[in-house]
Amino acid sequence: MRQIAIYGKGGIGKSTTTQNLTAGLGEMGKHIMIVGCDPKADSTRLVLGGLAQKSVLDTLREEGEEVELDSILKPGVFGIRCVESGGPEPGVGCAGRGIITSINMLESLGAYTSDLDYVFYDVLGDVVCGGFAMPIREGKAQEIYIVASGEMMALYAANNICKGVQKYANTGGCRLGGIICNSRKVDGEKELLEAFAQELGSQLIYFVPRDNMVQRAEINKSTVIAFEPECDQAAAYRGLANAIDSNDMFVVPKPMVQDRLEEILMEHGILDI
Amino acid sequence: MKDVVNKIVDKYPASVFKNRKQHIVLVDHDTEEPQTITANTRTIPGIITSRGCCYAGCKGVVIGPIKDAITITHGPIGCAYYSWLTRRNKAKLEGNETDNFLQYCFSTDLQEGDIVFGGEKKLKQAITEVVETFHPKNIMICSTCPVGLIGDDINAVATWAEAQYGITVIPFSCEGYKGVTQSAGHHIANNQIIKKIVGTGNREVGKYSINILGEYNIGGDSWEIERVLKKIGYDVVSVMTGNGSVENMSNAHKANLNLVQCYRSINYIADMINTKYGADWLKVNFIGLQSCVDSLRDLAKYFDDPALVARTEAVIAEELAEVQPIIEKYRPVCEGKTAAMYVGGSRALHYQYMFNDLGMDTVLAGFEFAHRDDYEGSDVIPFIKEDADSKNIESLHLEPDEQKYRLFIPREKFEKLRQEIPLNYFGGMIKFMNNGSVVVDDINHYEIDEFIKILKPDIFCAGIKEKYQIHKMGVFSKQLHSYDYSGPYAGFKGAANFARDIAMGLTAPVWNMIQPPWKTEPMLEGYYIKEVV
Repeated sequence: MRQIAIYGKGGIGKSTTTQNLTAGLGEMGKHIMIVGCDPKADSTRLVLGGLAQKSVLDTLREEGEEVELDSILKPGVFGIRCVESGGPEPGVGCAGRGIITSINMLESLGAYTSDLDYVFYDVLGDVVCGGFAMPIREGKAQEIYIVASGEMMALYAANNICKGVQKYANTGGCRLGGIICNSRKVDGEKELLEAFAQELGSQLIYFVPRDNMVQRAEINKSTVIAFEPECDQAAAYRGLANAIDSNDMFVVPKPMVQDRLEEILMEHGILDI
Repeated sequence: MKDVVNKIVDKYPASVFKNRKQHIVLVDHDTEEPQTITANTRTIPGIITSRGCCYAGCKGVVIGPIKDAITITHGPIGCAYYSWLTRRNKAKLEGNETDNFLQYCFSTDLQEGDIVFGGEKKLKQAITEVVETFHPKNIMICSTCPVGLIGDDINAVATWAEAQYGITVIPFSCEGYKGVTQSAGHHIANNQIIKKIVGTGNREVGKYSINILGEYNIGGDSWEIERVLKKIGYDVVSVMTGNGSVENMSNAHKANLNLVQCYRSINYIADMINTKYGADWLKVNFIGLQSCVDSLRDLAKYFDDPALVARTEAVIAEELAEVQPIIEKYRPVCEGKTAAMYVGGSRALHYQYMFNDLGMDTVLAGFEFAHRDDYEGSDVIPFIKEDADSKNIESLHLEPDEQKYRLFIPREKFEKLRQEIPLNYFGGMIKFMNNGSVVVDDINHYEIDEFIKILKPDIFCAGIKEKYQIHKMGVFSKQLHSYDYSGPYAGFKGAANFARDIAMGLTAPVWNMIQPPWKTEPMLEGYYIKEVV
């Protein structure tokens, strides 16, 4: 069982990428579980065809200790099992603690069955506190992929996340598997991301091009592969799925200082006018 | 003796050695410059310290004894339970008072789900239930660590509750992790008492009106002190906070003088009242016969009324006549013996006066949570360097109140009186101690062991955390936080109780029968090889 955590700047397309990627893996016949670690609980909408999921924490709150696995784990397209950890409403409580609670609950309920090939953790935004690092702590997720684009803030966040990964690499044993580029069509994006990944000691594992098909599939509450299997974007996600399935480059990232990050941007991110 | 102290700290790794030696002073009054000590800094991790947390200082010490308020501890249950009357702070209804809630313990008992989803709802629910069940006029909300971490807005809840129920609700953001000791909690409590309580009342006060600050009625101390003061003719407007009430404290600004017993926990209020309302404060000590007499005389001097002075002397004579024979009975047992103390931020000084009365010398004294001024005196305050930990605690900057500010005595007279009595001034502990005695700040388990072996005190007064360690070494220990099961020890009658308890402890045959394991069995020995960072 490979346990994979997907991180990245808020709004970069983590959930979209994760779900389309898992659809690609699911199509290959892999057994997959997605654990959404975002209090908004919208990490499995495309796989389930809508927000059909009751979150672990909501269930825990309403039903107390008597939680049944069936009530929080729903199968979606390609048999992908979906769980949403959920969390408090914005501005109150501790969402990080919520993730810890809910992952512990999933373990005790026996959600991690031996037939699973992949468990994906789709984690909210930056690694803001210990709770959001839960999937990479204590030997849960062993592989990390960071979704980024050629935009400055996305790279800044990615670099920051690498600091978290580096910290837990020593204790929890997690490794960075690569950077996934979710293209924003900015200047010199691919080269920039390649240089950025290389500087981290990692790789740009896949470049997902920007295509309106993603938006159309999302509006129809579906992954691209399920919505339009023959389109180019579906092929791109299959490519991503293959790249991850065959990936064997796992490193402890070397996050860079701010100055170096800006140098790389200057070098690659600006086209000569 | 210098060598002995060095031998103890020499065992430490280099960085610990450097730190700890600054917390230890071998008293020497013949130095050119006054001696200095390091205090109120972070304890080194790994050292077995007895210090408490910010919540303990705020709720446990200052807010806890207030009888007409319901104090809700917002957090998991342990914090509330273990700070519930463990200091033996007593309270009873007096006059036409109706509210005494000290026999109850209130907590929101936060569970994991409350941490995740936020605890404000549960806090509101707790307040609603408390209001419906007990109809209190005042509610205090004290925050614990997790509440600070998840960011529950207790200020907003307090505002809501005041509007909803028309009562006083005071929030205290005294999360345990704030500051380096419980001292931070005292300051936070003091700030809120000044902001929300003092100055809101309007009772007429008597001619000789005073407040007693820093007296928590442990084992009934403040009852004994009040008895004597009232007998002389003082109007005790409020006691902060032993047997205290919000109602009385609301009138505290009307009193002409503040008496400060425990300087460490309440000097902020004394200073803030002085700035905002003008009343001076007098450092007193009602522990020990001679110090009781001295404090009462200082107090009479401030009011400067021949009738009051005469009455004071009459009461002193009357009280001494009753108590002195008891002290004299026990004194031969105690005389010539030595004491060591590690208590609080004032008691290790106050009880030296009591031991002096019994003919006992104090060979070692230290505080848990004192600042430098508690050791060196209030002159040192301008020179205390603020650090990140102390800056983290809010310091109120007050202006004189336009309507309520008044000076009881003219400043020329004040300056003259200041030469005679400790007015708006505290001398600190070091000055009081003999040459060659030892002052240790934040003493730890290892140092207690070593100092006992070297100084061989006949009694070591401390708290519950040290008591059994000391007993195991065959030395009598008396708790001066809670007085074990005894008290009061303050005032005239208290001094008699103390003399009785100390004589009883010292003469108990048990201390000679203790055979600690190291006297019969070989001990494991270890060596310090190198420091691992």
